[in-house]
Amino acid sequence: MPIFHEKRQLVTPGDLLAENDYLNGENTYKENGKIYATRVGLFDHDDKRIFVVALKSFYIPMVGDTVIGKVLELMLSGWIVDIRAPYVAVLRASDALERPVRPQRDDLPALFDVGDMMIAKIVAYDRTRDPLLTVLERGLGKVARGQTIEITPTKIPRVIGKKGSMITTIKNETGCQVIIGQNGRIVIAGKTPEDERLAIMAIRLVEQEAHTTGLTDRVTEMLRKEKGDKPGKEVAENVPKET
Amino acid sequence: MASIMAAKIRAKRVAQLIAGGKRLDGRELNDYREIQIESGLIERAEGSARVRLGKTEVLVGVKIASGEPFLDTPNEGVLTVNAELVPLASPTFEAGPPDENSIELARVVDRGIRESKTIATEDLVVEAGKKVFIVFVDVYVLNHDGNLIDASALAALAALLNTKMFNYEVKEGEVKIKPGYKPLPINNHPIAVTFAKINDKLVVDPWLEEEQVMEARLTMTIEKDGKVCAMQKGGYGVFTTEQILEAGKIAQQKATELRKLVVKE
Amino acid sequence: MSQKKPEKLIDEKDIRFDSRKLNEMRPVKIEVGILGNADGSAYIEQGKNRILAGVYGPREIHPKHQALPDRAALRCRYHMAPFSVQERKSPAPSRRELEISKVMREALEPSVFTEYYPRTAIDLFVEVLQADGGTRCAGITVASLALADAGIPMRDLVSACAAGKVEGRIVLDLSDVEDKSSDGADMPVAYMPSLNAVTLLQMDGMLTPDEFEQALNMAVEGCKQIGQVQKEALRAKYLTAKEAATETEEEAEEEAKE
Repeated sequence: MPIFHEKRQLVTPGDLLAENDYLNGENTYKENGKIYATRVGLFDHDDKRIFVVALKSFYIPMVGDTVIGKVLELMLSGWIVDIRAPYVAVLRASDALERPVRPQRDDLPALFDVGDMMIAKIVAYDRTRDPLLTVLERGLGKVARGQTIEITPTKIPRVIGKKGSMITTIKNETGCQVIIGQNGRIVIAGKTPEDERLAIMAIRLVEQEAHTTGLTDRVTEMLRKEKGDKPGKEVAENVPKET
Repeated sequence: MASIMAAKIRAKRVAQLIAGGKRLDGRELNDYREIQIESGLIERAEGSARVRLGKTEVLVGVKIASGEPFLDTPNEGVLTVNAELVPLASPTFEAGPPDENSIELARVVDRGIRESKTIATEDLVVEAGKKVFIVFVDVYVLNHDGNLIDASALAALAALLNTKMFNYEVKEGEVKIKPGYKPLPINNHPIAVTFAKINDKLVVDPWLEEEQVMEARLTMTIEKDGKVCAMQKGGYGVFTTEQILEAGKIAQQKATELRKLVVKE
Repeated sequence: MSQKKPEKLIDEKDIRFDSRKLNEMRPVKIEVGILGNADGSAYIEQGKNRILAGVYGPREIHPKHQALPDRAALRCRYHMAPFSVQERKSPAPSRRELEISKVMREALEPSVFTEYYPRTAIDLFVEVLQADGGTRCAGITVASLALADAGIPMRDLVSACAAGKVEGRIVLDLSDVEDKSSDGADMPVAYMPSLNAVTLLQMDGMLTPDEFEQALNMAVEGCKQIGQVQKEALRAKYLTAKEAATETEEEAEEEAKE
């Protein structure tokens, strides 16, 4: 049962990873007993499975995921929402209002207008139709203030951290509310734009150095340094480029 | 999905900051993004240049061919500017014949070059009424992150400055190319400066997010002696006369700064 | 600038007009991830060819009637810039560009797991900024990398290279002036190296069965070489991120020791 690469070695699509007795896991496929990589990423395996940690991929909707969406279109009884996935999502009015919808009386744009951001949950999705959203649970709804940023979805677990350690650190150090969408969008709402900028800097740092250790400490250190020795005016010059 | 429409809360943030004299990417209201200019990268073309204005990227190629003059200008060569908004530059660009945006872009760049008499078209005549040279300026947008006009105009000027005109002789009424070349004579250096109006304030060099929330845009092309040789207002909003005159002053200053990047004294 | 046509394209010592051996490819340079908006992108310089590829997708498909119920529709547009060729070319798509768009799509489709994304579109755009023969091969090479850069799952990278006949000899990677020589042949080939699968094969000109076999083998060898350059380009882009991360890790460990 040969394996052809070392752990954490960079592999590219079509690279032969292993032969025969292994199961092909994430970002690999098996053909004629051989396992190949399907994406650029870092090779890894356990006793049974071969898999690749992709360095770049896009979000595929999963039922139960919390996502941050942007309203694209108004429909007669609902909204079409961009969730940064290959498919647009649909939020039906019945999944946004607690009571039955009355199309002539209810003002849908007042609830969500084109361009509004929302925190929603995916309630249904399969190969034959676009994902369906709801905002009827606690913690879901329109995003009233703050900023949203986008990161590669594969880095989301790192931004959350083990048992939420990373996101708690960022929240505590910046005093911001940080809501994470599984689709790679994050809402940051702070008391001041400066607080929000710090939180964004921290998240970008995590995104860049996701595959390293000791990151939580480095982030804390960076945030304290930024807050500590830069009073008032000087801060403005260091506003990072928004991408 | 062509969803680069700005999120409402983002739009509000951009407008708020600008009302306070700041921009989301840290620039002052009158600052340009970082500019990189590279010339001569397409050898096949008689002249070429690529401009990176922030993340906006535009490539311009200049080709010279011989042809017939226009009927009403038998003693002049021809200048023609074309712009392609190729689909890979933005999720909102579709393949197909030029739409109104690419036509406007081409015509504004053209106006700047033509009205400032940057190229002396009388010098492009081989045989009056019969044979002249046609200068094709092709603007190719490779990445759209706002302010395509200024980036394209700058790249067009750099490409023209880079353009070599081949030596030729006329044999039996046909233009035959001879070895060797000389630079295409360039008589002016027009620079386009574009403003966006957001929350009643004018910002120079709007990037994509600012363009998505702006009410209107104003471009002024300034030639080397400070005269205005082209102007274009775009968008559904309005400008007051004071704003236009204010923009004129800022454009003069900015044009001088940008010109130094392209024209080496 | 005008090109001088050399008297003979290959001399008695089997050295070509640009000093290459018969089976030598032009110098190749590739960069991945160079466009800001596209989901994936790559750029190639091969000899005088300068070609850019960008990918958007998988994304919602418009017009809707082009959607396929069981997989993503791979759509490809090969287009040449007006200044990319000797005589300025009109920007409107020519019949040649339309045919090349089709065969490029068919060369890349076998490599993409389109069945993972039904009812979507994967849109590929290949822009030729400067042309000097073999643009469809260089275009396929760079389009395949753009797909990988977009994180679209693939069976293998697709590598492409042409072989042909010039002045009676079988040669690799014909440049424009060799391609245009009379009595020759040009045979572009695209290939998935890990799976030993040919995904593009075209030919114009005339070859005997022996010449054809020789040219095919030479082209496949060329494809394998291109495959190595493609992998290196991907590594170069992604390794810098990893190295930067590892460096910081080591620095942090050093600091911890002090």
